Amino acid sequence: MSGILTSYLTLAAILFCIGLYGALSKRNAVIVLLSIELMLAAVSLNLIAFAKYGMNPSITGQIFSLFIITVAAAEAAVGVALLIAYFRNKGSSDVTDMDDLKQ
Amino acid sequence: MESVYSPYAWLILLFPFVAFVLLIAFGRQLHRLSPWIGTFAAFASFVIAALLFGERIAYDVPDYSWAEFRWLNAGEASFQFGFEVNALTAFMLFIVALVALAVNVYSAGYMKSDERLSAFYCYLALFSFAMLGLVLSENLLQLFIFWELVGVSSFLLIGFWFVKPEAKAAAKKAFIITRIGDVALFIAIWVLFWRMPGHGLGFTSIHNAFHTNVISAEAASWIALLIFIGAMGKSAQFPLFTWLPDAMTGPTPISALIHAATMVAAGVFLVARTYDVFLAAPAVLDAVLWIGIITALLAAVIAAVQTDVKRVLAFSTVSQLGFMMTALGVGTWAAYASGLFHLHTHAFFKALLFLGAGSIIHVLGEQDIGRINGAGHTMRITKWTFAVGALALSGLFPFAGFWSKEAILAEVWNRSVTLFAVSIVLTALTAFYMSRLYFYLFSKNRSRQTSSSAKESPWTMTIPMIGLAVLSVTAGLIHMPHLPWLGEWLTGLSFDTDLHVMIMIASNLSALIGIGIGYLLYGRTGQQAEDAASSSRWRRLIYHQFYIDDIYAWLFVKPLRGAGLLLRWFDRVMISGAVHGTAALISAVGRGAARLQHGQLQGYGLVFLIGAVILAAILFMVAGRSYFHVG
Repeated sequence: MSGILTSYLTLAAILFCIGLYGALSKRNAVIVLLSIELMLAAVSLNLIAFAKYGMNPSITGQIFSLFIITVAAAEAAVGVALLIAYFRNKGSSDVTDMDDLKQ
Repeated sequence: MESVYSPYAWLILLFPFVAFVLLIAFGRQLHRLSPWIGTFAAFASFVIAALLFGERIAYDVPDYSWAEFRWLNAGEASFQFGFEVNALTAFMLFIVALVALAVNVYSAGYMKSDERLSAFYCYLALFSFAMLGLVLSENLLQLFIFWELVGVSSFLLIGFWFVKPEAKAAAKKAFIITRIGDVALFIAIWVLFWRMPGHGLGFTSIHNAFHTNVISAEAASWIALLIFIGAMGKSAQFPLFTWLPDAMTGPTPISALIHAATMVAAGVFLVARTYDVFLAAPAVLDAVLWIGIITALLAAVIAAVQTDVKRVLAFSTVSQLGFMMTALGVGTWAAYASGLFHLHTHAFFKALLFLGAGSIIHVLGEQDIGRINGAGHTMRITKWTFAVGALALSGLFPFAGFWSKEAILAEVWNRSVTLFAVSIVLTALTAFYMSRLYFYLFSKNRSRQTSSSAKESPWTMTIPMIGLAVLSVTAGLIHMPHLPWLGEWLTGLSFDTDLHVMIMIASNLSALIGIGIGYLLYGRTGQQAEDAASSSRWRRLIYHQFYIDDIYAWLFVKPLRGAGLLLRWFDRVMISGAVHGTAALISAVGRGAARLQHGQLQGYGLVFLIGAVILAAILFMVAGRSYFHVG
């Protein structure tokens, strides 16, 4: 296995972990959304790294990362829209307040 | 010749039953009408009973038995329902129906202002139905069913005024104490069932089996003893008599019915109905004899010091029932007839005495003889009818009680002189407590101390009293020493009874002595009312029925209550503890699990992450490093 792939994978793992940490610990919903984007970016990076330097290089990984970017954009749009609607209703963007389903 | 009316004997049961159903279903709507319905049913029953009785007197008709209704098949045995009309049942039906009719009419006046009038008539109809069914029953099991129905309806009626705590207690006591006898009777029925050829429980087959000596003497003794214990409970024999005086808390017409014709007579009737069994067990007959005489004497002594008018009469009933049992215990058919004869005369004068007492209570609103103290002397009809009843009970010539007592005394004389002497003392005691009661209630000499202007009771109450008074005088004429018509008719045998002039003189003399002592002690002017609480130790001992109730309380009630408390503790702590503990454990687990559902999405995410890491770690350990091609 080439050393360059390991570096990419390590970077992706670090990015994923930062994103995961942010998604699980930040109270502000905007930051949480951003953290999720970061995790998706890490996944995309993995896919591209394998597509370029993996055992069987192919274009499929790059195509998939394009899909992921598209889906992530749509997800972010929906997420922010929900967030705005929620903020208008409740006057808060704190994820710890979002426990209405419990009741 | 064939009987014309006997096939329709079941109609006797139908009328009270229909009245019962009507009153229980539409009692509220029929409120004012309910005495009419109850009385009509009682009257209809009485008419049929009188026809049956009259037919049997006038013609020589064979016994009629119908048992076609098959209730249960158990293997080769089967239980049937049916009815049987013979001399004994026709005789009993007549007494029961007549007294029930008198009580129904009387209650229309006595219970007039009670708001649960329809319920009263409803229970009364059930009571009559049960007792008539008991008498008509063709077999022992059917008799037992009606026997229990009598118990239930007496429970309802004794506890009729259930707002009074003592009425509630008395109803429970009557039910529980008679239950002891009922259990014995039930065992007797099962023993009979196993011993009888063909498992027949019909009275005819019992009669045949015991005449052909199919059943061993030992088995017969056990069966007779158990049946007698059953009769002891219902007929209030020593030592199971304590429920009867307490049952006086019920309405007075009910006391009359219970004491005269139903319930307590059921025990005597049962012994008479299964007399073949008793004749096969001479030892048990002796027990019947001795328990009877002990009960009679004990209750007569207790009656002499009671201060409640109804309690005096209650103990008098216990005493007379004991006397009937004594007669049955002598063990000859002539004695059997004399016992039933006494049951018959007693039914009339005891019902009369209770109705008279009820009339006093109704008008004066007082049951304590010390406080009544002669106030009844202005109620003429009550006074004279009561006097007739009291003289009949005392056994004075020519009242009904004289003939029946004389018949029993003659039989007892043939049996044993000691027993006869005791019976003579009993007669004197009976006369004494009745004269004491009479003077306390009606003596003008006493009433000078209290001013009285009591009015007579309404006609619905006095008519039955007058009717019963007539019967109390005349009912004895059907069985006289030279003309033992009733006995011969009942048993189908012919008696050559002698005229025991000495016995007649002795019994009359003892009764007169008793009345004389009663007059000297209670009938003259200027006497103070006695007070049981402040009197001597002996008097208190007798007044409290020799503390038999307290002995029962210490021997049975308290240990049972203690055991009950222990069991309740066990139930509360152990069983409920286990059940509630399980529930509590599960709900605690549920609460713990619910705490995990905190609604914080990030928390769920964290748990998910931890789970994923653990799974990965397990996979790594189990599948080994090689799976991942690492290294």
